[in-house]
Amino acid sequence: MTTITPPNLHQHEIILDVKDLRVAYGKVEALHKVSLAIRRGEIVTVIGPNGAGKTTLLSALMGLLPAEGEIVYMGHAQGREREVESLVRHGMTLVPEKRELFAEMSVEDNLLLGAFDRYRSGHRDQMETMDEVFELFPRLEERRAQLAGTLSGGERQMLAMGRALMAKPKLLMLDEPSLGLAPLIIKEIFRIIGELKKTGVAILLVEQNARAALQIADYGYVLETGEISLAGPSQELAADPRVIEAYLGLGHKH
Amino acid sequence: MDLQILLLLGQDGITNGAIYALLALALVLVFTVTRVIFIPQGEFVAYGALTLASLQAGKVPGTVWLLLALGTTVAVLDGVRLVREGRFAKLTPLLILNIGLPLLAAAGLFAMPPTQLPLWAQVVVSMLLVVPLGPMIYRVAYQPLAGASVLVLLIVSVAIHVALIGLGLLFFGAEGSRTPSFTDLSFELAGAPLQGQTILVVVASASLIIGLYFFFERTIYGKALRATAMNRTGARLMGIPPTLAGKLCLTLAAAIGAFSGILIAPITTIYYDSGFLIGLKGFVGAIIGGLASYPVAALGAVLVGLLESYSSFYASAFKEVIVFTLIIPVLLWRSLTSTHIEEEEE
Amino acid sequence: MMRQLPLIIFVALLGVGPLVLPEFHVTLLNYIGLYAIVAVGLVLLTGVGGLTSFGQAAFVGLGAYTTAWLTTTYGVSPWLTLLIGLVLTGIVALFLGFITLRMGGHYLPLGTIAWGISLYFLFGNVEFLGGHTGITGIPTVSLFGWELKSGREFYYLIWLVVLLAIVSIRNLLDSREGRAIRALKGGAVMAEAMGVNTPRAKIVIFLIAALLASISGWLYAHLQRFVNPTPFSITQGIEYLFMAVVGGVGHVWGAVLGAGLITILKQWLQDWLPQILGQSGNFEIIVFGIAMVLVLQKARDGLWPVILRWLPERSLKRDVPAAEALPKRAPQPAGTVLLDASEVTKRFGGLVANNNMSLSVKAGEVMALIGPNGAGKSTMFNCISAVNPATEGKIAFLGESTAPLVARDIASRGMSRTFQHVRLLGQMSVLENVAIGAHLRGNKGVLAAALRFDRAEEARLLAEAARQIERVGLKDHMFDAAGSLALGQQRIVEIARALASDPCLLLLDEPAAGLRYREKQALADLLRRLRAEGMGILLVEHDMDFVMGLADRVVVMEFGEKIAEGEPEEVQRDPKVLEAYLGGVE
Repeated sequence: MTTITPPNLHQHEIILDVKDLRVAYGKVEALHKVSLAIRRGEIVTVIGPNGAGKTTLLSALMGLLPAEGEIVYMGHAQGREREVESLVRHGMTLVPEKRELFAEMSVEDNLLLGAFDRYRSGHRDQMETMDEVFELFPRLEERRAQLAGTLSGGERQMLAMGRALMAKPKLLMLDEPSLGLAPLIIKEIFRIIGELKKTGVAILLVEQNARAALQIADYGYVLETGEISLAGPSQELAADPRVIEAYLGLGHKH
Repeated sequence: MDLQILLLLGQDGITNGAIYALLALALVLVFTVTRVIFIPQGEFVAYGALTLASLQAGKVPGTVWLLLALGTTVAVLDGVRLVREGRFAKLTPLLILNIGLPLLAAAGLFAMPPTQLPLWAQVVVSMLLVVPLGPMIYRVAYQPLAGASVLVLLIVSVAIHVALIGLGLLFFGAEGSRTPSFTDLSFELAGAPLQGQTILVVVASASLIIGLYFFFERTIYGKALRATAMNRTGARLMGIPPTLAGKLCLTLAAAIGAFSGILIAPITTIYYDSGFLIGLKGFVGAIIGGLASYPVAALGAVLVGLLESYSSFYASAFKEVIVFTLIIPVLLWRSLTSTHIEEEEE
Repeated sequence: MMRQLPLIIFVALLGVGPLVLPEFHVTLLNYIGLYAIVAVGLVLLTGVGGLTSFGQAAFVGLGAYTTAWLTTTYGVSPWLTLLIGLVLTGIVALFLGFITLRMGGHYLPLGTIAWGISLYFLFGNVEFLGGHTGITGIPTVSLFGWELKSGREFYYLIWLVVLLAIVSIRNLLDSREGRAIRALKGGAVMAEAMGVNTPRAKIVIFLIAALLASISGWLYAHLQRFVNPTPFSITQGIEYLFMAVVGGVGHVWGAVLGAGLITILKQWLQDWLPQILGQSGNFEIIVFGIAMVLVLQKARDGLWPVILRWLPERSLKRDVPAAEALPKRAPQPAGTVLLDASEVTKRFGGLVANNNMSLSVKAGEVMALIGPNGAGKSTMFNCISAVNPATEGKIAFLGESTAPLVARDIASRGMSRTFQHVRLLGQMSVLENVAIGAHLRGNKGVLAAALRFDRAEEARLLAEAARQIERVGLKDHMFDAAGSLALGQQRIVEIARALASDPCLLLLDEPAAGLRYREKQALADLLRRLRAEGMGILLVEHDMDFVMGLADRVVVMEFGEKIAEGEPEEVQRDPKVLEAYLGGVE
């Protein structure tokens, strides 16, 4: 898959830079001073137990939730009122935890709508992009005429990812792609995520499945009760006993 | 009742039913995409018919003033925002679209009243005057309330309906209008006369329905509307803005309404407030379809047309009572068959 | 006393009004009163209950035509026709309500438009009701021998009804049934889980609104002594709703304000607009329509809240009278199996959310249900509490199968729960929220509440709520609006609400989320005390420190199935659990 590189965007350039992000529901902060950075062509994972605020983080980045703090995307500081549509136009896409597919539409139409904004801004390369997506997910090509609502769990996740790729993203954010999937399918999904990396797209992978995520990621953050408690290259994190503690509450800290 | 009357009434019923079906489709469309129950749908019928009638009478239709007023409001609302965000480049198209064009239309109508234009051109002018009101109303009334509950949106719809009725009286007066037939052709079917206009209405409605089908099945914008109806969050994540979907929907709804009005204006006398009852009959059809199914809604609407036609023969004074009482068994049937889980809405 | 001052002044002014005002103003006030009676009903229906009707004018018409026809044709006494009109309206409203209230919220208003039109055409076309010319010569009404012949005299009857309606609706809202009604808007699932019969509550408010409209119609007929179909058209029905919304649909006094504003504005616009526009016609509706859109956009709560700012502030604070404790159910001896769920499967379409899940909870133990995101824990909770019943399998509570029961039945048998997404009524005080939990421990109905015959029971319910609030440590927040509390505290309020129902089994969905360390400790202490009292507790929680330190037994779920069960230490060492939590693809 080809991704056009803007002239000012070189390898290892920071695509997303977040500093001191705070999100509050009412009086309770769901995220407290979260900072992270993602470079071009890099997979960054945010792992953490249930309820740590991972989905909140992605929703805030995507402009679905209001947030305080500094978000610099592709060199542009984002204001408080970020609009989903304009972020999509600038190449940010989110594959949400609930997939949010168009259930009563065919696989093909779902994919086509992934390129809606590109179509609207004058691009007419949807068919080629779709072929590239089919190359990555041959299963989707087999099921191209089937309604999205009739797909299996794994196929749904593939369709959600394929639909996001139709927008030719610069930054792909995946919210728990392994959620509710059988181990074999998870393996397949993660293999594809690894392949996507080669195309140069930056990937922010939010996962509960820590081991799988750390295996393919370059860098990882551990999010615990709304705060980053650990960060580091993923191999280091994978070996850190504190990661297990965070998940199972073995260490009686505080 | 002999066969001739039966056929005649059936003809009437199907003609009206075809119009109700168009309106029912528009109502289902607007509701599924925007959650707005579009009560003012019927006013577009009246505005379409009466705007055409005004043009033919050599008057400047009052609709153009509404177009100017709404256009200016939209330009101010959006303009302030553009200026605040420093997006000056978009200011010019905004002003041209919302103030320039309506002004041009007004000037054109005053300069040369289009009485001499051919009928099709008068129809086009009428549509151009009425249809933009749809998206403008969306921008001014509904867009600021995009997150509100169905109930609040419904009350807004009723408020717009009431305002449009009042404006209709102001623009077109209390007198009814009937436009000349599009065609004087007449046929005979099993001894009963078959008017060309009737055929025209049915054919035009059917073509429009087929056109809509292709729009939704074959074009990316049509698919985007369906996608918004199915999954709002999903659609937003694809970069389909809810406001675009809303404006697109109301453009279609306004076009369907105005076109329906133009179609029936030669058959029935249309008054400034006739649209409400016509639109509501479309609603009865839409409710038969559960505000969700297009084909059932269209069929239901044709049924309403037939029921109305036959009841006007048997008990003409109770025509409306019968049609609107029909909704009660329909609702009863719907409530007994649907497994509705109360969704919480704030 | 200071708080009542504006009301006293208002009533005094009302009383003096007809003695000093010119005829025209008295007539205007009469109409405002008539409209306000209908609008008060809409406040209850729309503002409080979240339902709405554009067809109230038809109910007004029913009341008016019933008395007009019976008094003129058969010479029946007006006081008897009032009753007959109410019965008739009640029957029609019950029928229409039964049909439309079961369905989604928007079918009711659509249905009301349809019958509004249908009844209007019926009034106009039925011969014995006089067709479009209507019925004339309706007799006057006598009140204890005082014949109310003039508008000035009738005025007192109208405003007496207005005040009675307002007082009784306010009384109703401040009661056990009233709290249930206030929960309809945005809290129906919670209310059902606390034992409220929400469909019945909806029918009740719909009925009250219709009856008020009918009374207004009866008054109208005897004031005008003439009826025709026009004032009962759908346009008038819409106007009634506008009055309620403009005035402030959440406040009973908003109805009076709205009725006054719209009536006066209409009068004024009807004088001026035709002159300005050079045409005659009811152009005031243009202004009303636009104003309505603006009100909904800019001040959705209407204008009454604006006036409230000028009145002495009303706090949610109130006295909680000391009252005798409510009777408690007999405690279950420790170790009794309270809940026994076996082989529970829940499908959503083709999706299996729970597969063959079994678990049990005994009296006097804390059972924790844990598992990764999406494992199906909340689904299991909803199956157990019948908020969303299981597809297959057996769930027995206290030895009785719960299959035929709905959520409120289960609540009445002694199971109570909290929700993962907090379901409190943000505007209501913590005390009132918790009192909803005690709903099933009282039995006084709507009429008793409106007439204030429920005060002894109400005191006991509130005292119980206060006791539970103290118990969970939120005494200082008792009179705060629930929505103003921090999320963690709101979760604790949910626990207090569940406790107010005197349960023997408590289901807690993520109770510790959002709590600070200290608060978590306090919560754990509370749960330990409850356990010691013999309560069974089933807990879903993400905070493992919290779970492992508290639970007696743990069940671990993944992919909707049970993968481990046992004591906390055992489960923590289980390789399958480690795998489920950390994942792993080799």
